[in-house]
Amino acid sequence: MVDLNVDLGNGLVLDNPVLTASGTFGYGTEFDDFIDLNRLGGFVVKGTTLHHREGNAYPRMAETPSGMLNAVGLQNKGVKYFVDQIYPTLTKYQSKVIVNVSGSTIEDYVSCTEYLEGLDGIDAIELNISCPNVKEGGMAFGTSCASAEKVVAAVRKVYSKHLMVKLSPNVTDITEIARSAEASGADSVSLINTILGMAIDTNRRRPLLSTVTGGLSGPAVKPVALRMVWQVANSVNIPVVGLGGIMNAQDAVEFMLAGATAVQLGTANFIDPQVTVKVVEGIEVYMKEHEMSSTKDLIGGLIL
Amino acid sequence: MNKTVQRLVVEKKEIVNKDNFILSLKSPVPLVEVQAGQFLSINVEKSKDVFLRRPFSIHDVNYGNNTLDVLIKSVGPGSAALKEVEVGDLVDTIFPLGNSFTMPNKGEKVLLVGGGVGIAPMLYLAKVLQPITSDINILLGSRKGEDQILLDRYAEVGNVLTTTEDGMVGEKGYVTDHSFMKERLQDVGRIYCCGPEPMMKSIAKLAEEKQVYCEVSLENMMGCGFGVCLCCVTDTHEGHKCVCSDGPIFNIADLKW
Repeated sequence: MVDLNVDLGNGLVLDNPVLTASGTFGYGTEFDDFIDLNRLGGFVVKGTTLHHREGNAYPRMAETPSGMLNAVGLQNKGVKYFVDQIYPTLTKYQSKVIVNVSGSTIEDYVSCTEYLEGLDGIDAIELNISCPNVKEGGMAFGTSCASAEKVVAAVRKVYSKHLMVKLSPNVTDITEIARSAEASGADSVSLINTILGMAIDTNRRRPLLSTVTGGLSGPAVKPVALRMVWQVANSVNIPVVGLGGIMNAQDAVEFMLAGATAVQLGTANFIDPQVTVKVVEGIEVYMKEHEMSSTKDLIGGLIL
Repeated sequence: MNKTVQRLVVEKKEIVNKDNFILSLKSPVPLVEVQAGQFLSINVEKSKDVFLRRPFSIHDVNYGNNTLDVLIKSVGPGSAALKEVEVGDLVDTIFPLGNSFTMPNKGEKVLLVGGGVGIAPMLYLAKVLQPITSDINILLGSRKGEDQILLDRYAEVGNVLTTTEDGMVGEKGYVTDHSFMKERLQDVGRIYCCGPEPMMKSIAKLAEEKQVYCEVSLENMMGCGFGVCLCCVTDTHEGHKCVCSDGPIFNIADLKW
């Protein structure tokens, strides 16, 4: 018998290590036609901000080798809309529901979180200090230790449940930021958000994205993400959630061997909306084949 | 209608001309009902240069045979790779995706306008319209005469009108230059339009001038095809909307054109 449970700390225990990445899974309900959402460890709903955001102008996406660039810019209808209209539709799921929270100021992050604190059906928040596609805030909070500490500490004061902090890869040393998040009260860190990139239409001599630069995701980023997960897992004492280009169970196992307690699947959902369930099954198969009875055998199981 | 991920069998590949081809895709189970204007996405597994799924209008549906037809113009690496699939191959699809054209009043005069490969959804639309109205006018525009394709099939389902920019087939000029537009547009109850954006915008402008109800089928670049990546947005009076899930069919009155 294989036990797929993973414990991310502060009350967040998942039936299996598979989560979805924010911004690639809508509010979850969009996948009802494709999968049984209760088969997932949990799902992270799209980036939510205090106020409604229209996001960036079209075009917001460019296909690149083994991946894609996006510059959506946190389009969402605001946290109040989420609480009133979306939250009631999410309480029926047994899977853990995590809300990704973003903002332009520390006050925004705090106010947005306060709306979510009292909701029984929300099991955790993921603090997004790493969005590369907004002009103010976002990634700026996640690229210096001092600002990361400030925003994480401020949100920690108003949120008692599990606080996951999503880190940016667009830094010199991601382990420093991870340690800052840990020191400021984060229960876990998730990484990586997208890598800042760019693409050009040579015929028109213009950028392919309306914002010129955007966030790269997909298999193209996987080796970078894996390296960062391994480095961070060796630098902090809180659980690490690994993401970045995971397309199948083997990729997920790689992240867990490198030290991730759980994984998130993002861009893969666009190509195969059933991929999450396949990865849950694939991890179980791997554990059986390798005679692992608990995910504890898998997490950080890399042999050096 | 529920969206499904299905591996369909290529039952037929018809090369229409040097750029266009039709894939007939057969479902091993009874086809779910498809509305006119909906699309399907294909995971182009044969090409390593193609990462994301590709959306295609549903060109025709045969419930008796459980087949869906897609008319594809070879323009980039995705469509080029699909041209290489062979009869018997399996194709990874998701369908039906998106909303659909709305239906006219009984007996109403309708005008279907297709430009280039934008003619694709108009065949199935005309078939769906047939029980509702017999006054179906199909205006097909292309740059060159040789790009006027499948006219006999469209003629079976409506009154076909054509324009070409080189004047080799039908009236010379753009679809908006066709004599139908000057003489009979005011009698039309509904316009349905799909094609290059400049063409749709000029049709929309005419429709607005003559105060004729008009729906257009948009085709922005899509990441997912089912409303979660928020990449394919278009500007509407209610803010950004996803072409893949709020559309692809939009009433021109809702668009910020």
